[in-house]
Amino acid sequence: MEVLEKKDTRSGFGAGLLEAGRRNPKVVAFCADLTGSLKMGDFAKEFPERFFQTGIAEANMTNMAAGMALSGFVPFTGTFAAFATGRVYDQIRQCVAYSNKNVKIAASHAGITLGEDGATHQILEDIGLMKMLPNMTVIVPCDYNQTKNATIAAAEYEGPVYLRFGRPKVPNFTPADQKFEIGKAQLLQEGKDVSIFACGHLVWKAMEALPILKEMGIEAELINIHTIKPLDMDAVLKSVAKTRCVVTAEEHQRNGGLGDSIAQVLALHHPAPIEMVAVNDVFGQSGTPDELMKAYHLDTPDIIEAVKKVVVRK
Amino acid sequence: MDINELKRVASQVRRDIIRMVHGCQSGHPGGSLGATDLVTALYFDQMQIDPANFRMDGNGEDMFFLSNGHISPMFYSILARRGYFPVSELSTFRRLGTRLQGHPTTAEGLPGVRIASGSLGQGLSVAVGAAQAKRLNHDAHLVFVLMGDGEQDEGQIWEAAMYAGAKKIDNLIGIIDYNKKQIDGPTDSVMNLGDMRAKYEAFGWKVIELNGNDMQQVVDALRLARKEAGQGQPQLLLAHTEMGMGVDFMMGTHKWHGTPPNDEQAANALSQLEETLGDY
Repeated sequence: MEVLEKKDTRSGFGAGLLEAGRRNPKVVAFCADLTGSLKMGDFAKEFPERFFQTGIAEANMTNMAAGMALSGFVPFTGTFAAFATGRVYDQIRQCVAYSNKNVKIAASHAGITLGEDGATHQILEDIGLMKMLPNMTVIVPCDYNQTKNATIAAAEYEGPVYLRFGRPKVPNFTPADQKFEIGKAQLLQEGKDVSIFACGHLVWKAMEALPILKEMGIEAELINIHTIKPLDMDAVLKSVAKTRCVVTAEEHQRNGGLGDSIAQVLALHHPAPIEMVAVNDVFGQSGTPDELMKAYHLDTPDIIEAVKKVVVRK
Repeated sequence: MDINELKRVASQVRRDIIRMVHGCQSGHPGGSLGATDLVTALYFDQMQIDPANFRMDGNGEDMFFLSNGHISPMFYSILARRGYFPVSELSTFRRLGTRLQGHPTTAEGLPGVRIASGSLGQGLSVAVGAAQAKRLNHDAHLVFVLMGDGEQDEGQIWEAAMYAGAKKIDNLIGIIDYNKKQIDGPTDSVMNLGDMRAKYEAFGWKVIELNGNDMQQVVDALRLARKEAGQGQPQLLLAHTEMGMGVDFMMGTHKWHGTPPNDEQAANALSQLEETLGDY
């Protein structure tokens, strides 16, 4: 296998924001004192009049974005996922989701791979918080290229969007020019024995599991659910009809995450055994991203174990 | 509109408020009555608006945001009386299926409302965002936002106040309905606001103090603020008001914050308010 370049998804966001800004003069950006971390510097430099430094005031930022969206602008707000969601849930709920404003909530450093800063910053509940809100679209791209393309797609889409990405450098394996289709699951590997539905950083972990599973005689189907909401139910059900068992993988709490959404679809439409690779009702801690992915059972071997468990439950 | 005409509109708005909260036995009459003169002057005299052709984007006109959304009866009455939607619709306030939700929303498509409010402390930030949009659009119109004094307890108000002062948002005019009462009692005992004028001035605002129930003073203050806009500072109208204004037994107490009058009390209140434009 060729050696893939490693790049952070947040840089994909920065590049996507710049491109969206060049394509549409109505794209504006707010940032709460994390311009470097969110990689929003290039946008700020090229479009200084369309960039708003808000200071460390996320509530004000969120509602200002809603106010600006009123007049036809397409505002992105940028901060860490912990502060982009939990800290401002009521602001998002009232003025973005309920009021249905065209605000794009860009959330970096999501999940356990934020690393050494520890559990205060490692939000593992944000997908659940956001997917519960009516009108909200929830996107979790898997690598640099996809995050860039998802950012451009979010700018072109009319309505509230939660765009979740991360801090560490991970293999950049999706095509640079692949158009991002919101709500359309991405089939990465066809298989007949088990359906693996993954999002974010766990998609690459699942990619790594595929050849190992194949050696074990298990042909796994891998589908990248980059849009948690609206969920591509057709893709999920079509795959499960064939494989009859499911593994979900995500860098998020089991409660409220991708696995939760998939389990609901299965329970309602096509009951099948499911195993979930996710954080199970605990907070994170300090450590390197790689150490944490191992410690919280979000790594490639954990996906393989889940597959082994689920295929015998059919 | 001359001052006496504005007063006549305000009297009808106050009747509408009493009749709306009495009709559904729910809602917030006290603050609505107290803020009536401020918003009547805005919509019937001061703001450059086009009610017959409501545009969500507010481009090319002045914009108003109600941050303390619970005084919705006042807001709805004024929007209807100004021609945003039929006055007859006021009778649907807070009833199942209505566009006149308990707190203002955009979900039902009521003309005149641009964003939901009710969860307090958020409207100033929205207004700052809208004001910045006007700057980007080279739109010289102004953005007004009415806040309660109780909601000054919210930290977000001060995030927005700091931002507006630091970034010199000078096409923004904030108004505080300074009635010195909130649900649990006088603001002095719930959360002493201290020197509100000094606080906003310290955040870089220009503050105009006025009696918010004196129509002449309200119009004069709004004219002054419009004249002084564009000079590098956001402006605040610190409007001293009386909760329950116009209905004697609703004044001087916080008891009518969120309590509807019964039949007898409503009749008494309406006997004190002249019907000037015809009840809905």
